[in-house]
Amino acid sequence: MIQEYLELLLVDYTLQVITLGTAVLGAVCGMLGSFAVLRKQSLLGDAISHASLPGIAIAFLVLGVKDNNGLLLGALASGLLSAIFIKGIITKTHLKSDTALGVVLSTFFGFGMLLLTYIQKLPNANQSGLEKYLFGQAATLLASDVWLMTTISGISLLVVLLFWKEFKMVLFDADYTKTLGFNVKFIDTLITSFIVISIVMGLQTVGVVLMSAMLLAPAAAARQWTNSLAKMVMLAGLFGAISGVIGTGISASANNLSTGPVIVLIATLFVMFSFVFSPIRGLLFKQIKLWKNRNDLKLMKTLLFMYNLVKDHENVAHPHKIQILNNFQGYTRKSLNRLQAENLILLEKGNWSLTEKGFKTAKNLYTQEL
Amino acid sequence: METKIAIAIDDLTVAYNYKPVLWDIDLQIPEGILMAIVGPNGAGKSTLLKSILGIIKPLAGSVSVYGKPYKKQRHLVAYVPQKGSVDWDFPTTALDVVTMGTYGSLGWIKRPGKTQKKQALEALEKVGMLTFQNRQISQLSGGQQQRIFLARALVQNAAIYFMDEPFQGVDATTEKAIIQILKELRKAGKTVIVVHHDLQTVPEYFDWVTFLNVKKIATGPVAQIFNDDNLTKTYGINYKTSITEGKL
Repeated sequence: MIQEYLELLLVDYTLQVITLGTAVLGAVCGMLGSFAVLRKQSLLGDAISHASLPGIAIAFLVLGVKDNNGLLLGALASGLLSAIFIKGIITKTHLKSDTALGVVLSTFFGFGMLLLTYIQKLPNANQSGLEKYLFGQAATLLASDVWLMTTISGISLLVVLLFWKEFKMVLFDADYTKTLGFNVKFIDTLITSFIVISIVMGLQTVGVVLMSAMLLAPAAAARQWTNSLAKMVMLAGLFGAISGVIGTGISASANNLSTGPVIVLIATLFVMFSFVFSPIRGLLFKQIKLWKNRNDLKLMKTLLFMYNLVKDHENVAHPHKIQILNNFQGYTRKSLNRLQAENLILLEKGNWSLTEKGFKTAKNLYTQEL
Repeated sequence: METKIAIAIDDLTVAYNYKPVLWDIDLQIPEGILMAIVGPNGAGKSTLLKSILGIIKPLAGSVSVYGKPYKKQRHLVAYVPQKGSVDWDFPTTALDVVTMGTYGSLGWIKRPGKTQKKQALEALEKVGMLTFQNRQISQLSGGQQQRIFLARALVQNAAIYFMDEPFQGVDATTEKAIIQILKELRKAGKTVIVVHHDLQTVPEYFDWVTFLNVKKIATGPVAQIFNDDNLTKTYGINYKTSITEGKL
């Protein structure tokens, strides 16, 4: 199946265009999504993408034709308007941000759906095909669309590189940034604007409903692998691009699978894999570390017990019968072997004795001078 | 000898949703002092710092720094926010956070270079955190995080330092280390203003104190005004016996 896709990719111009488009989209969404995630505004993207639906519908009603760029401009206006509403509700009322997001999302989306059903009853409804903006349809991507996407992505990248220092500082500590004389509102608006633009860019491919996953999933996955912002942003871009390419490949090979949902599912796989297997924050690694610590602690407990037995002897290296451990302290042959392997004790003919290193280690455990 | 006034606050009033948080604050802070701002929870201590620094927009009033409006004098002022005000799980290192202290002098777009890194490393050394420079900030203890914040402000090489509860949640060693640095700053002629919670240590650490509870109750040298009368006015409890018997 993969081979089939790759062969097709070499010859099929349309497929090349779509693959490039989804890769670029994935990369820029991953990159900007990192900022959304770190700003704790993961849901802002969701609200904005849903809120762009009425803009698409109104643009269609005004233009009377399905002109893709015109519709996306409508989406952009409506998305930006929703962002302003959300900000306004949070600052002017007592409502918390999750409430504001929920209110704006459902109002705008509801209105958009209403307009869609109205449009479907119009005489020229058949050719409108606005429903594709709900879940996206990568197959409709034209070379001109992809060029536009690439240009906008290039500009986003440039802005991120240019204002890297300012973005990082605002994300970490906005109040402090203000005291240094930077215009935080401007930086904030810049970040939000580019997030909105990237969302609008993805509507045609991934659709209103799933678009936020394109922002969040690659970023959430990338966060698991690194503790550096630069690496996180690059990784998120990479994960996004790979999701785009693989998703397009699968949907092109398998008949009638929507590209948008497949891309999103691939991105989610990245998230799940990262949550479990990342060496820094992954669940698996954490669990292994926990087991290791617990085992180490058990070993030290046994060693301390031995230490307490021998510390008052004249010769601390005097051998003792292994059986005496039995009566007081749970131990296993395995743990004794491990202690010996670490050169802390010496086992000989059913006897054990502390080595010099073992004695010191045990003594230091009490004084915390490890 | 007449001392210069570092900060002059005039008629400062702040309200959140019509509820006054700071009411008509007039305050003259002389140069070269180490001052504590004390008051009960909700007295507006943090808000006072934030409105002086322009983070919160006051309803009325003005702040001047060495005789000129604060906005023109930002470079003279450094701020140490409350440790809990940021997310320490942010993907960055101790050195990186401290380097942020140089961003103000760099201005827009320009990236920090060798000079800035050197300044940041010096500040890290001052707070005893040089060996932790490459540590991810979430892997620092509370005390170490506080030191990082202090170092970030030191890098700014300002004339006036505002600190919001720098001793909260830090161990005794860090507290001693921080107060040592604050005293060195004062010795160098800087002005240090600290929101402080532990009344017991006020006479030991500070030479100037401001009592605040929405309104300014009193301000002046610790030796003159840190007494039962002002404590009672600020906290609303009779402190007469408790402070002399060391129960506070």
